[in-house]
Amino acid sequence: MSQTPVLALRGIFKRFGAVQVLSGVDLEVHAGEVVALVGDNGAGKSTLVKTIAGVHPIDEGVIEWEGEPVEINRPHDSQNLGVATVYQDLALCDNLDVVANLFLGREIKKGGVLDEVAMEKRAKDLLSTLSIRIPSVRIPVAALSGGQRQVVAIARALVGNPKIVILDEPTAALGVEQTAQVLDLVERLREQGLGVILISHNMADVKAVADTVAVLRLGRNNGTFPVATTTHEEIIAAITGATDNAVTRRQARNAEVAK
Amino acid sequence: MSKTPQTPQPVSDEAAVPEPRTGEEAPAAGAIPAVDPRLLVREQGLKGYVDEFKRKIRSGEIGSLPVVVGLIVIGIVFQALTGNFITSYNLDQITLYAVGPGIMAVGIVFVLLLGEIDLAVGSVAGLAGAVWGVLGTDMPDGLAIILGILSGTLIGAFHGLVFAKIGVPAFVVTLAGFLGWAGLQTWVMGDRSTIPTPIGSFVGDLTKYYFSDVAAAYGLAVFVVAAFYLAQLRDSRRRKAAGLPHRPQSEIILRTAVLAVLVLVAAYGFNQEQGLPLSLVIFLVILLVTDFVLRRTTYGRQVFAVGGGIEAARRAGINVSWIRISVFMISGTMGAIGGLFLASATGGADRSLGGGNQLMMCIAAAVIGGTSLFGGRGKVWSALLGILVIQSIVQGLNQMNLSSNAIQYMITGAVLLIAVIIDSVSRRTQKTAGRA
Repeated sequence: MSQTPVLALRGIFKRFGAVQVLSGVDLEVHAGEVVALVGDNGAGKSTLVKTIAGVHPIDEGVIEWEGEPVEINRPHDSQNLGVATVYQDLALCDNLDVVANLFLGREIKKGGVLDEVAMEKRAKDLLSTLSIRIPSVRIPVAALSGGQRQVVAIARALVGNPKIVILDEPTAALGVEQTAQVLDLVERLREQGLGVILISHNMADVKAVADTVAVLRLGRNNGTFPVATTTHEEIIAAITGATDNAVTRRQARNAEVAK
Repeated sequence: MSKTPQTPQPVSDEAAVPEPRTGEEAPAAGAIPAVDPRLLVREQGLKGYVDEFKRKIRSGEIGSLPVVVGLIVIGIVFQALTGNFITSYNLDQITLYAVGPGIMAVGIVFVLLLGEIDLAVGSVAGLAGAVWGVLGTDMPDGLAIILGILSGTLIGAFHGLVFAKIGVPAFVVTLAGFLGWAGLQTWVMGDRSTIPTPIGSFVGDLTKYYFSDVAAAYGLAVFVVAAFYLAQLRDSRRRKAAGLPHRPQSEIILRTAVLAVLVLVAAYGFNQEQGLPLSLVIFLVILLVTDFVLRRTTYGRQVFAVGGGIEAARRAGINVSWIRISVFMISGTMGAIGGLFLASATGGADRSLGGGNQLMMCIAAAVIGGTSLFGGRGKVWSALLGILVIQSIVQGLNQMNLSSNAIQYMITGAVLLIAVIIDSVSRRTQKTAGRA
């Protein structure tokens, strides 16, 4: 894992009207690292992600990209840096085929004319490197299953060669098989050296693929845990705010002693 | 499924570490077949073509099939009723009156692709005719034509702005335009009820000029067929070179042969009469250009994207407002050009030009030709096919001395309703077949 994080947020503050949504949040994402961003509803996960994606500019704090401070004020800024965001509602055009969707807004052109052959070839290559299996790249997205649409949406995020991919609840609406496919894909992103920010409510998914869990609670950091050495209960406790009491401190002490 | 990736249950800390799995994953990933085994792979050759055709019909992807069947039925029925419907004279007459509404229908196709509607296209056509007629009396003909067409572009921009920027439904904006621009047309015409086409005006030539040399029609026909064949061949070769599925040679030849028969028969028909009509050449050029724009340019892709999902289009960085405004500008421009053809066919600018059932005919033509009313699906060629159906019916009724509006309105209305029903049913079938 690289020493300098690809993306680092330091002391981010964001308020909407009378609500202080984020107060001094820190987050680091390294290349080849999957960071799960967890927290209860209203903890500020979505807002934090949207500040990275450029939907909401931050009020205070520093965003560092490969060690350099940068400004992200518009979605465009974020995309130019190399951040790709896959939103929960996917945003695919049902009537267009898979190739057209993958390259929407980034069409490959030859002499001002769409180069369908080059796009189809690139799409096939991209999908096969990610081991994504869909019936055909020339069928409308409407004909795909929910899991296939999710992997197409993720693949679409990768067309621009990003360094950070943000996945907002990628498995929320998926079945067992599709969830597994998406989690496989997340691991393949990590193998390719991309940094992944994974928002999820599903602890099983988080434990399965994430390297690090960053917990937000009421707009503040409430602990960052390496997944390998953290139990399910500890994460849940951090999310619900039950970490800081006599019982948990005692449990933690006993656990230390036991090891 | 050969590979069942297991999601480790986070029972113990060690089991949840994903690293060990990646090693096992690599060979498995290599063994995955390139094509999903569940996919129905189309066989190469003619048999595959027939199978694919059957499958498409069953899943509701009927495209232009109903309109082709419709044209054949219309031809047979009127031929049986009148005894001399399928003649070169009728071909010429149908073309003469089809081009104006056909060009207007091309504009409608663009608007329908967004899932919107333009009810003002008939009034815009009439107004453009009036602007050209009035200005043409004391201005060079070319300038008057350009100003007439520009009036349509401007009106389209206005419709688009009110729709895209203020958010008034396009239906309402263009309904207001339908009344308003018809009023303006009457106002521009003043106390003149008609302004006959000035002698020597290009607008007169639009429907009166014929390339009378037999070589013109045949030459164009051969050129179109050759260009079609070479384009298909080139596309197939490139796809083959890139290792992608491509059309087999036999299929390309079959398609080219069908096209060649149709085009050469039409050319023969025109040569039996006055030759190749200029109006048809202009219509074909407009169809080719707009088809190219829709299918092969980024702009066209963006039009389809906005028609398929506004939010997705916006997230992809597409300027949705501009697409909407520009599409209405295209519709207005096509309406104005169509209006000049209407003026040409009827002998000059007229207070009632573009009124009556002209609007419904254009919208009906686009829908009958296979462009969906629900947005995101369609081709500009549907304007040609649709207007051929409608004008064939009109011509057949004329021949049977049933040219009164009463019968024409009822039949055109019924045909439009049938087209919309087919569109809705095919859409529903596509949904159940997982294709929409």
